[in-house]
Amino acid sequence: MIRLRGVARRIWRVASIPLLAIALAFVVAAVVIVVSSAFTSTGFDLFLPIGAYSSLLAGAFGSGNGITNTLVAAAPLIFGGLAVGLGFKGGLFNIGVAGQFLVGAFAAAIVGSALAGAPTAVGATLAMFAGALGGAAFGFIPGFLKARTGAHEVVTTIMLNNAAVLLLTWAVNDLVRAPGFSFPRTGDIGNSALPILLGRNLHLGIPLAVATAFAVRWLLDRTTIGFEIRTVGQNPNAARYAGMRPVVMTALTMTLSGLLGGVAGAIQMLGVIGFYAPGITASVGFDSIAVALLGRSDPIGILFAAVLFGAFRAGAPLMQIETSVPIEVIDIIQALVILFLAADLIVRRVFRLRAAKAGITELKTVTQSWAGGAGPAAGQGS
Amino acid sequence: MDAVGTFFRLVWELGVYLFVVLPDLLPIILALATPLALGALCGVVCERSGVVNIGIEGIMLMAAFFGYLTGFALHDTVGSGQSLALGVVVAVAVGGLLGLLHSWLTVSVRADQIIAGTMMNIAAFGMTGYLNRLIITPSGRGGAGIFTPFHLSGTIAGVPLVGPVFAMFVDQGPIAMSVIVIVIALQLALFRTRWGLRTRAVGEHPKAADTVGIDVVRQRYLNVVFGCALAGLAGAFLTLESTGSFQNGMTGGRGFIALAAMIFGRWTPVGAFGGALLFGTATALGVVVNVRVPEGDLGTLMKSIPTFWYAALPYLMTIVILAGVVGRSTPPAADGVPYVKEGKA
Repeated sequence: MIRLRGVARRIWRVASIPLLAIALAFVVAAVVIVVSSAFTSTGFDLFLPIGAYSSLLAGAFGSGNGITNTLVAAAPLIFGGLAVGLGFKGGLFNIGVAGQFLVGAFAAAIVGSALAGAPTAVGATLAMFAGALGGAAFGFIPGFLKARTGAHEVVTTIMLNNAAVLLLTWAVNDLVRAPGFSFPRTGDIGNSALPILLGRNLHLGIPLAVATAFAVRWLLDRTTIGFEIRTVGQNPNAARYAGMRPVVMTALTMTLSGLLGGVAGAIQMLGVIGFYAPGITASVGFDSIAVALLGRSDPIGILFAAVLFGAFRAGAPLMQIETSVPIEVIDIIQALVILFLAADLIVRRVFRLRAAKAGITELKTVTQSWAGGAGPAAGQGS
Repeated sequence: MDAVGTFFRLVWELGVYLFVVLPDLLPIILALATPLALGALCGVVCERSGVVNIGIEGIMLMAAFFGYLTGFALHDTVGSGQSLALGVVVAVAVGGLLGLLHSWLTVSVRADQIIAGTMMNIAAFGMTGYLNRLIITPSGRGGAGIFTPFHLSGTIAGVPLVGPVFAMFVDQGPIAMSVIVIVIALQLALFRTRWGLRTRAVGEHPKAADTVGIDVVRQRYLNVVFGCALAGLAGAFLTLESTGSFQNGMTGGRGFIALAAMIFGRWTPVGAFGGALLFGTATALGVVVNVRVPEGDLGTLMKSIPTFWYAALPYLMTIVILAGVVGRSTPPAADGVPYVKEGKA
């Protein structure tokens, strides 16, 4: 009994701020829903949030289909969250998951459709590799630039997101457009699709995502590379004095992060979408940031956070149909969660917490490197 | 040898082409540069006081939306001119309010500044998308209209050299027209006034500023609110002067390109304006090349580059500029560092 209480206390210490941040976010979003309801044709409705949230919940967990939809939506978020979280561990803020996702999805679609007739074991595996490679290459660019020149990844990755949308649209229009369709798209992936394990759509990518979370945890906690990534993230200068090479580690961390982002796109392509067409939206990009912050960039925390945001994405359409509360309310909730996590002082005040764990300390490195203070390229002389 | 010859001929032809099209392009360039310049000025004002603001994109988007909503709602009740003017006022006020939120988060709560900015961007994207779907889409009414741009008479615009440059700044709507005034005023204010000195002191060495009696917290609040009001003006430009409508995510990364322009301009208003003009020129060339195709080999070459590459040009340029410039320019020393008064943990 006493041991049980000890365990509960430890869980509360880690999870209290994320959980309370989510609760506060839902409360504030409810205010937004109520106030904005006054401007619609149906008029002011004080109880609209209750209806909206219960259909959100019903859409996400209310049926077998709902639960598999939640898990399917969570899979790319696990990879995306791990991508952002790994970046945080290394003192980098990868806002480029949206772009890496698209590149990964595109590469997987090309290889997948080329191998549409091959056995699944070959086609799906090679397509996944292509997606991983594409994402890694797309992550290497900002990582290398940050390491060599100090160009901050927050701006370069966002610019690469925008460039990726345009350049991939061009590629589908002019380079790899599949014949026989009325709109520009890539060919069918056929056998390269990920096998469905359960029900209508629960694909192989989901157990793969869970396994990857444990693999990333092992990489960070049990390997030399992981140790170096974390040291550079905590303090690049100290890492340099200890004989590590922050420049190499920065490029490597961003490449690995991009790789995870690319796999997120690849499994979504091979497990859900099936072909690449311009206009594929990647809400995964922003969602991944919220997931990583909510999971405190810890791989296991990210698993839980990804399932939560997967539930939001899976439940939102039903909410919009039943209560006409726009699905964009999920983005608002997401921003609020980030707000209350970043300003955890507010959460501590509101709930009078003292013992809860502090936020992600590596963020300091991210922000300092903006002004050239503690970046990997700092102190190299020019 | 032959390849080198061809290269130089192409460069020469590009020069001639620019010389021919540039006079007509100047007003378009300034119009494209306006939101970037205002956003970059927001960055300068914030960062000179030591607060990193990567939420410019989101603030622009929110201001663009609420400015548009105001113009849209009042279009039929008050005259078109008044509704647009009120829209600008609302947009600037929304910018200022979001600036107040950002300064509260970064200065008082001491939240991480980059995460606070990210939160702003996501919140703006969600909030505007939400309200757009809830209010504007179902109403099915027309837009808010746009400011009618001023037109210079042909005789003045026709004067060689001076005419086109004059037209660049005058053949504009009110917001684009005022940009140059704001840039010069801010340049003078930052380096010639008490406000500017205090701003720079707080951004370079807040502790020293504090010891001589400058209120660091107050100064940072003031600057972030004022800077974000400028970003609000940039948002108003997008909906009320440039496009006349609102689309989700219509800022399209301009807030981040503005940051690159700020860094390119080494945290000075005039330099940031120069950076914004550079981006404006690149974007304008991408557009004009399809309308007025250059002659000869250059034309064949430029036509062979797909439109999507021209559209991606500003983004790719931002990356190149950051990689090339950032290491060689020095940001304010206390940029991004929250100030904690001694004895107050």
